[in-house]
Amino acid sequence: MVEIRPAVAVNPAERAGYVDPPPRMGFFTDTSLCIGCKACEVACKEWNLVPVSGLDLLGMSYDNTGALTANSWRHVAFVEQSRPVGWQASAPLAGTPTGAPVGVATAETGAGTVVDTGTDPGVPSAPDPAPAGRMVDGTQFLGMPGTELPGRGDRGGRADLRWLMMSDVCKHCTNAACLDVCPTGSLFRTEFGTVVVQEDICNGCGYCIPACPYGVIDQRRGDGRAWKCTLCYDRTKSGRTPACAQACPTESIQYGELDELRERARARVERLHADGMPEARLYGHDPTDGVGGDGAFFLLLDEPEVYGLPPDPVVTTRDLPRMWRWAGAAALTMAAAAVAAFVGRPS
Amino acid sequence: MTGRGLPGEPLGERFRQFRARLEQPNGGGLRRGARRGGSAGPGLVAGEPRPVPPAGFASYYGRPILKAPVWRHDIPAYLFTGGLAAGTALLAAGADLTGRPALRRSGRLVALGAVAASTYFLINDLGRPARFHHMLRVAKPTSPMSMGTWILAAFGPAAGLAAVSEAAPLLPRHGVSGLARRLLPVTGRAAGLAAAVTAPALATYTGVLLADTAMPAWHDAHPDLPFLFAGSALVAGAGAGLVAAPVGQAGPARRLVVAGAVVETLAEHRISRLGLTGEPYRVGPGGRMLRSSRLLLAVGTAGALLGRRSRVLSVLSGAALLASSVLTRFGVFEAGVVSARDPKYTVVPQRERLERQASTSAGGPAAAPGG
Amino acid sequence: MAEAHPVGFQWVMEAKERGAKIIHVDPRFTRTSALANSYVPIRAGTDIAFLGGIVHHILENELDFREYVLAYTNAATIVSDDFRDTEELDGLFSGYDPETASYDQRSWQYRGQESNGKNDTVTERESAAGLRHESHGAPISGNTMRDETLQHPNCVYQILRRHYARYTPEMVERVCGVPREKFEEVAKAWTENSGRDRTTMLVYSVGWTQHTVGVQYIRTGAIIQLLLGNMGRPGGGVLALRGHASIQGSTDIPTLFNLLPGYLPMPQHEQHQTFDDWVTAIAHPGQKGFWGNARAYAVNLLKAYWGAAATPENNFCYDHLPRMTGDHGTYQTVFNMIDGKVRGYFLLGQNPAVGSAHGRAQRLGLANLDWLVVRDLFLIESATFWKNSREVETGEIVPERCRTEVFFLPAASHVEKEGTFTQTQRLLQWREKAVDAPGDARSELWFFYHLGRIVRDRLAGSTRPRDRALLELVWDYPTHGPLAEPSAEAVLREINGYEIATRRPLASFTEMRDDGTTLGGCWIYTGVFADGVNQAARRKPGREQSWVAPEWGWAWPANRRMLYNRASADPEGRPWSERKRYVWWDEQAGQWVGEDVPDFERTKPPSYRAPEDATGVAALDGTDPFIMQGDGKGWLYAPVGVLDGPLPTHYEPAESPVRNPLYGQQANPTRKLYRRTDNPTNPSPPQQHSDVFPYVFTVSRLTEHHTAGAMSRMVHHLAELQPEMFVEVSPELAVERGLTHLGWAHMVTSRGLIEARVLVTDRMAPIRLEGRVIHQLWLPYHFGTEGLVRGEPANDLFGATLDPNVLIQESKVATCDVRAGRRPTGPALLDLIADYRRRAGLDGHHPPVVTAAERPGDGADDGTDRKE
Repeated sequence: MVEIRPAVAVNPAERAGYVDPPPRMGFFTDTSLCIGCKACEVACKEWNLVPVSGLDLLGMSYDNTGALTANSWRHVAFVEQSRPVGWQASAPLAGTPTGAPVGVATAETGAGTVVDTGTDPGVPSAPDPAPAGRMVDGTQFLGMPGTELPGRGDRGGRADLRWLMMSDVCKHCTNAACLDVCPTGSLFRTEFGTVVVQEDICNGCGYCIPACPYGVIDQRRGDGRAWKCTLCYDRTKSGRTPACAQACPTESIQYGELDELRERARARVERLHADGMPEARLYGHDPTDGVGGDGAFFLLLDEPEVYGLPPDPVVTTRDLPRMWRWAGAAALTMAAAAVAAFVGRPS
Repeated sequence: MTGRGLPGEPLGERFRQFRARLEQPNGGGLRRGARRGGSAGPGLVAGEPRPVPPAGFASYYGRPILKAPVWRHDIPAYLFTGGLAAGTALLAAGADLTGRPALRRSGRLVALGAVAASTYFLINDLGRPARFHHMLRVAKPTSPMSMGTWILAAFGPAAGLAAVSEAAPLLPRHGVSGLARRLLPVTGRAAGLAAAVTAPALATYTGVLLADTAMPAWHDAHPDLPFLFAGSALVAGAGAGLVAAPVGQAGPARRLVVAGAVVETLAEHRISRLGLTGEPYRVGPGGRMLRSSRLLLAVGTAGALLGRRSRVLSVLSGAALLASSVLTRFGVFEAGVVSARDPKYTVVPQRERLERQASTSAGGPAAAPGG
Repeated sequence: MAEAHPVGFQWVMEAKERGAKIIHVDPRFTRTSALANSYVPIRAGTDIAFLGGIVHHILENELDFREYVLAYTNAATIVSDDFRDTEELDGLFSGYDPETASYDQRSWQYRGQESNGKNDTVTERESAAGLRHESHGAPISGNTMRDETLQHPNCVYQILRRHYARYTPEMVERVCGVPREKFEEVAKAWTENSGRDRTTMLVYSVGWTQHTVGVQYIRTGAIIQLLLGNMGRPGGGVLALRGHASIQGSTDIPTLFNLLPGYLPMPQHEQHQTFDDWVTAIAHPGQKGFWGNARAYAVNLLKAYWGAAATPENNFCYDHLPRMTGDHGTYQTVFNMIDGKVRGYFLLGQNPAVGSAHGRAQRLGLANLDWLVVRDLFLIESATFWKNSREVETGEIVPERCRTEVFFLPAASHVEKEGTFTQTQRLLQWREKAVDAPGDARSELWFFYHLGRIVRDRLAGSTRPRDRALLELVWDYPTHGPLAEPSAEAVLREINGYEIATRRPLASFTEMRDDGTTLGGCWIYTGVFADGVNQAARRKPGREQSWVAPEWGWAWPANRRMLYNRASADPEGRPWSERKRYVWWDEQAGQWVGEDVPDFERTKPPSYRAPEDATGVAALDGTDPFIMQGDGKGWLYAPVGVLDGPLPTHYEPAESPVRNPLYGQQANPTRKLYRRTDNPTNPSPPQQHSDVFPYVFTVSRLTEHHTAGAMSRMVHHLAELQPEMFVEVSPELAVERGLTHLGWAHMVTSRGLIEARVLVTDRMAPIRLEGRVIHQLWLPYHFGTEGLVRGEPANDLFGATLDPNVLIQESKVATCDVRAGRRPTGPALLDLIADYRRRAGLDGHHPPVVTAAERPGDGADDGTDRKE
């Protein structure tokens, strides 16, 4: 039935009918530790036999993957900003004869490139480059206290510079729309609370793709089926760490029991705030958010949309009961109209 | 120590030129390098003036956050044929009960043709058509597509049997076939009524099918899409009746046109007032199709009412109504795709929601610092 | 480091999490800079000026760790009165001979040791003698005169002060373009984080060595670390991040023309006529330190080569060893190929057509051989140059007429064979074979063992003297499996060495005898097979042992994880501080104890003072931690061993748009030049036309690719991550040259021309030198003409000008011009380069080695010495 949003964290595996399942497992991806080495992307592809996802230079800083697709289950985002980051003792380019930053313009150029990922819809180019510029330059929403340290952020020359890196992945939502709408039961909830596609069942109806509020799941061209991160179900089943977390050299990707990861993340954010990094914030950790919390959540240094994440995702099936009621009303209206049309004198 | 540029140095001026070139639409000289591989370039659609996005929303290189449906045009076509089948089945059942044989016959035959087409479109759109039967592994209320499959499974055979029963007069009067010739009209009526009972579900579940996604334009329109499709189904069914049935028996069809037009227009009006996520229904390919759809609906309805005695006028207005229904489905489909391809439809409404929450509850949204 | 060594960078991140401050100095803002607490942009090729500024800061403010400096360095040692510094000679040291462009080092010596100096350093340069000192310091004999007050005008400390007096923050800003505030931020952080309780670590990657003053870069770092007491102590040191797996191993057991295993010098035909000449030259009778046992190391090596045939009577077959006759380095060899002096060539896991400087010379050389053997994982550019290269496009190589016969032999990768890696900590780690190599791919061990076997079979019965060296080789390694794979463990056993009579593996090189009763293939590796156990294969988890983890793998020498660790204790043998305790003197036990294997004679007390006449190890006091140095001291000042000066001095790179602001001498006067028309050098001030190549460029690696790209460009999962050759430029340079993001540009030097896509990025910034703006470009050097992703090799832009000490080319900085758009193709490409050379006045002209101070109309005037 339709999953009702719980007030507190529930174990989706229990809700899915597993009798005392193992603890819910997940990822905590801490972008303040990411060095952008992309080992996660490579390890994932190697372990899961994921095909190549295009050989095009995208000009999106060092991101030549573009987005999560059926052929990229981990995606490392790169954002160059002329803004300070809390751990810097001084502005990196202070005192150099620089003009105004060009990050906005180059990001807007990067927004227009295309790559054939061998998947649909894959990585389409931007309809409008302007938001790419604001990703670099900041927006009205980014004006929150602390993102600009006092006396810093000289906009004349580009004294300040920070390079955000973040490894994105399927969120393995507590309330997963892809799983809810799958008409074949191909997508299922594992005993670890993760969401996995059974590729021997999937018939490529594609319903999960528009249903995902994060734009994660995608269709592989030629193959026709939907593919995404399985949180290395085969490895987790045998008690091993997923390939990406195993390969991550700096423990930016941490794998473990979700409750414990959430606790670790809370402490981490508190410490970063204490260390003068108010821009640090968690994303997807909250069991009361629109998807009931993510099985893979993040520590970010900027707004979620800067990394290509929706600021406040909601599982579409949350409104499904209401939708059915409206549909019922519409059906009755239709029937009534038909009856009315035939009542009255025959011509 | 200051990071300022070089006041007075030529560098500064050249830099401004550089920036100016970059600011040009399509990036001027500076962005041409990026246009390798013939990318769409800025703007939702070629020729369409780009609506000014609300100031200040950011996104990762402006690329879509959501993944647009991979569905090809089979799906909007399916939406139309499904609606047509439902409308004609209702019409046929009414005609059957009120003694309008021509209207009944045409209704039943069109319903069968439409539901057959629906099934074809549905299967053809699968990434793995050979695995269509996997749809029948489960019945999931959380999956409108699963529900729809079962509705179709109920409607299809009934509509089929009803249509087959129309063959009764062609059978010989004696022997086994004679028996069939006598029994068919009875079973036909039963089947026709069964089809008519499931028809409204078939016509309206598709509204939920689209609304139950993360596509902003579809999801936000979830209260209205079922009505829009219900109206559009009536219009299509009645239109078919006008084309196929003699004017003498088409009276109910004319009345259904009016009812359908009213329902559809009301629903579309509500959708167009959705705000930002309603924009794709007003501009872009979706907007254009829906505008034409409205025009044809008006013309067709007028024609249906004025053409009481003219068969020609009835046929023309019926065709217009069918075309209107087609355009409605394709227009709605396009609007949803567009709302996925432009991240503003994802970010801005969610941002505004967060701002509202933040202002009301100090607790703060998930994305607030340290939240 | 995050770019080229992401796995190692995890420890930097861990240290950062524990409060360490990360400072990153680089011309380009990299992934490392992104995580660093301080990023310092710098003009490529000015590191000595920057580090010299730190030395100046330390000495002027007396921030040195005085007790450490006095006891453990040669700061107090008094230098010959004949010594003249660059301050007096405008950038030259005393003893310079403009004819040979080399130094007579006699005047550099410690007082009273003048005779000890080399008066002919040309041969040393030709044989890259500096490489020998990786395992031990240069020879120094007798006792030294010291002034413990450091007041004597000729004591090292005072010489250092005078030498760096002009390396002020203002000068650093003028030379490096590092803003004064940045410089002071670094100087403050470094000095404040050094002393009794804290240590600072200096980490560099091998790009630092690829300069005409590369050795002196590292020397400057070592001087700072010695002055601040950061050597031989936990959390200190100068760490080299090697280019790839086991590069350390390939110098320990060398793939170099001038070294034998364990850093024994390859004999030189004139100087080392006899075995005794040779070992005497290494051992220096009467010298202090461990190197005194050189004879034993040499005998054991020869016994390992020739076994029973090597006897005391025939000097252990010393005469079977080849002799050096001059520079046989890789660049000399390439030019010899071009000149038709080389007939055959082996390339093993190396791709010079992409990875070495002056790609055009590399490819033309390869195209002029009789035969070429290439062993690699993939069909690389160095194997296909004859049909697919720039020179084919320009018509310089005609496939139909290219005479080189290329044999391509597929090689097994590191997971397809067993053996050891030796990493930068000198740690040997044993690798098991994971999978069988595909098809005909074979291990290097298999290839050379069977090649040797077949060659010896062919020569069997030969009576020619020249074949004896081969026929008498011990070539009896056990093989296994269907492919007859030789046992890598058997080889490691031989390297470790054993007692010939009993075949008992030696536990330490101190067990090596010089009478032929023991043998060992590499004395510094002795102990890796102690007790007959493969110590390199140990895999005890860190959590199950001390934090030094001595039972993980095995480190040379003697499983010592940190060299000179006696310096982690004060002269009395007590830890400098509890926080930094590592190795100390245990009075009760009467020996050195601690976390690590003490790098000192275990029972020699701190109070020990060597008798006057003592030699070898016995001549070192209980307070001399640097036991491989002749005088047991850390060298702030190097009287021998460095051919281009006892103290690091800032010289501009061989190609620079900037006149050396410090001295009249522009570039390193002893740098190794190949004066050939096919190896031109772009003009630098004071030469004319230096404005033809106005920009500085540097190259390095991307995380996504590996060196010359053979292992990454051919693999989908890596290739797609950086799918195209590009050049990074600052917005300011983009404006100046009309470059556009993702557009095309081509870079031109007097050697070559390549094109690349442009990345305009805020991470690149111009720098200001006295109001003048200097632009720098950055290129990855991974790309070539083969593979899934292709691009033009950045190394084509460089020429061959070398560091005099180790003959490493300057391939991390040079000058170029950059133009928007695609490059011309075919012969037109050569015309464009020719045009640049003409405009730069490079027809027949060569850069001056010694540069006089600017005079009006000063052009390319060779070899004028200002001393007259």
